[in-house]
Amino acid sequence: MSTFDVSGGRTPAAGRRRATGRGSTAETVPNRRNTELLMLLFAVAVPVFGYANVGLAMDGTLPANILAYGLGLGVLAGVAHLAVRRFAPYADPLLLPLATLLNGLGLVMIWRLDKAGKLLSNNFPATTNQLMWSGLGIALFIGVMWLLKDHRILQRYTYISMVVALVLLAAPAFFPSRKEDFGAKIWIRFGSFSIQPGEFAKIILTIFFAGFLMVKKDALALASRKFMGLYLPRGRDLGPIVVVWLLSIMILVFETDLGTSFLFFGLFVVMLYVATERTSWIVFGLLMSFGGAALVATSEPHVKTRINAWLDPMAAFAPNHPKDSSEQIGQTLMSLGSGGTVGTGLGQGRSWLIQFAAKSDFILGSFGEELGLTGLMAIFLVYGLVVQRGLRTALAARDPFGKLLAVGLSSAFALQVFVVAGGVTGLIPLTGMTMPFLAQGGSSVVANWALIAVLMKISDTARRPAAEPTAEPAPAIPEPAGPDRFGPPGYGAPGQSRGASS
Amino acid sequence: MSDLTLTVMRLGFLAVLWLFVIVAVQVIRSDLFTTKGTARTAQRAAAPAPAGAGRPPQGQGAPAAAAQQAQARQRRGQPTHLVVVQGSLAGTTVALQGQTITLGRAHDSTIVLDDDYASSRHARIYPDQAGQWTVEDLGSTNGTYLDRQRLTTPMPLQIGVPIRIGRTVIELRK
Repeated sequence: MSTFDVSGGRTPAAGRRRATGRGSTAETVPNRRNTELLMLLFAVAVPVFGYANVGLAMDGTLPANILAYGLGLGVLAGVAHLAVRRFAPYADPLLLPLATLLNGLGLVMIWRLDKAGKLLSNNFPATTNQLMWSGLGIALFIGVMWLLKDHRILQRYTYISMVVALVLLAAPAFFPSRKEDFGAKIWIRFGSFSIQPGEFAKIILTIFFAGFLMVKKDALALASRKFMGLYLPRGRDLGPIVVVWLLSIMILVFETDLGTSFLFFGLFVVMLYVATERTSWIVFGLLMSFGGAALVATSEPHVKTRINAWLDPMAAFAPNHPKDSSEQIGQTLMSLGSGGTVGTGLGQGRSWLIQFAAKSDFILGSFGEELGLTGLMAIFLVYGLVVQRGLRTALAARDPFGKLLAVGLSSAFALQVFVVAGGVTGLIPLTGMTMPFLAQGGSSVVANWALIAVLMKISDTARRPAAEPTAEPAPAIPEPAGPDRFGPPGYGAPGQSRGASS
Repeated sequence: MSDLTLTVMRLGFLAVLWLFVIVAVQVIRSDLFTTKGTARTAQRAAAPAPAGAGRPPQGQGAPAAAAQQAQARQRRGQPTHLVVVQGSLAGTTVALQGQTITLGRAHDSTIVLDDDYASSRHARIYPDQAGQWTVEDLGSTNGTYLDRQRLTTPMPLQIGVPIRIGRTVIELRK
């Protein structure tokens, strides 16, 4: 592999071989940007097709602004693609197209539900807003690509990011909640403008976890006593996990946000496991999360309602149903059922029957009805591929911080998809979280574009071919024939011996 | 809009969605093989040098690989790989593709020896002008032994003759 030990020009064949080896590097380590472009065209074409389908089904004609919509999405994707070409040329070719497809599909479904008009309660047009937020998300994507020269810079801000994440998480508790928020205090409002800081805290907290665990992983993995087949960590190493646990319980209690607290705790457990390779952390994590959830479920009325709705989703339709029961899950399950295997077709379902949050938290129900199981599986696979690319990036990354960060970001993404999809399909209690990219919600779209940008930046560093050692100036120096026979030419650093001999 | 058109569009949309997923998986597949694809075509056994993992193996590009294969066919009876038979790396094989193989504790060696008796740049194995594989000690502290004899000059290597470096024993194999 390392040909630099061959003294330059000893055999003509060796010199030629090296020359071909170097010359072909550019073409044998393709940066895959053209593949990305083709996939992006495809990823823009699918939502445009869906858009046309909705228009034909609902109005009988192609939507008037189909070109504008297609161009809008295309321009957004194209600008992002150019930024990738410029700032992260070796990045993974699939992440951007997958995210674009999900974002585009979400836009189509939101537009379709906008068209349902008065049939959907509390319906106000959201497509334009969502398109604007997507644009902002792409802008942030480009910003991250441009400003974050190397993901390892983030390592310097380990503890700052912890503080920032905590402030972001705590902030909504100090803002007045409104009736429309349905009990969860997760928004910060400035007039009509509101953001959900938890979405950003997700990324920032991952940076903290990655930086923290990179430093502490050996202490956590090795300094432990074995007890009943489990490795028990020392008390002082256990500190941080207990702090994070208490924190997530506090989010749960004060902001009644089940999803976010589950997400953060799950994220920390996953990253601990990856950093230390100790199964005992998973056991601890599961015990603590079940314990915490059980504690809160019995005390908090808001969470209790959710648990009841999960245990018996159809209870709300019974004649003498309890006052606080919720119909949402039951309605979603029925919409999934009416979709069947291949769905009713875009624009032909009755997804407005999910009266509550059909565009945001329950958008999967709308997709399940109109695209059926077949379409929903494809969407889940697209999410799965995003996570797979993220984990692949973690495997390929060479630095431990990058590995942990990539694992953390992709598991945060995976956990969020699991929490939402599990909640909507009735597998786990429903939590108020948004499906990444798909659901209506500005903060979510913007934050997830940033997440994809950081992942792509890591994958750019990971996939960038290593600097060729043959690029050293050594072969250019003409070697005197004499000393070559005394000193072994490959001994010591290749440059050194030559420097001494000449 | 007629029902038929809508049905076709409905199924067509699902088909396109799945096609996207399948194409994406194909991209992943091709991605898997571009990172070490040339090694696969040139020689099935890839060199396990950790330092070179991110770097493309030698003889990249289809013409070079083809030429090498032709060369390999010409030299039947010549050794094709180097096997570590004893020591902590026992079982490791390195394909011989005409490149120099360096042995030592230095991280950029082809075979990174995890052996207390090895020097950081201990020895190298290379084809000489006639294409004969040769072993040369690079001024190591504890010496390199070909069979039982300590190396003082580069020596031609025969198949199956052990090279000893500290606790590590290496052989050329066909």
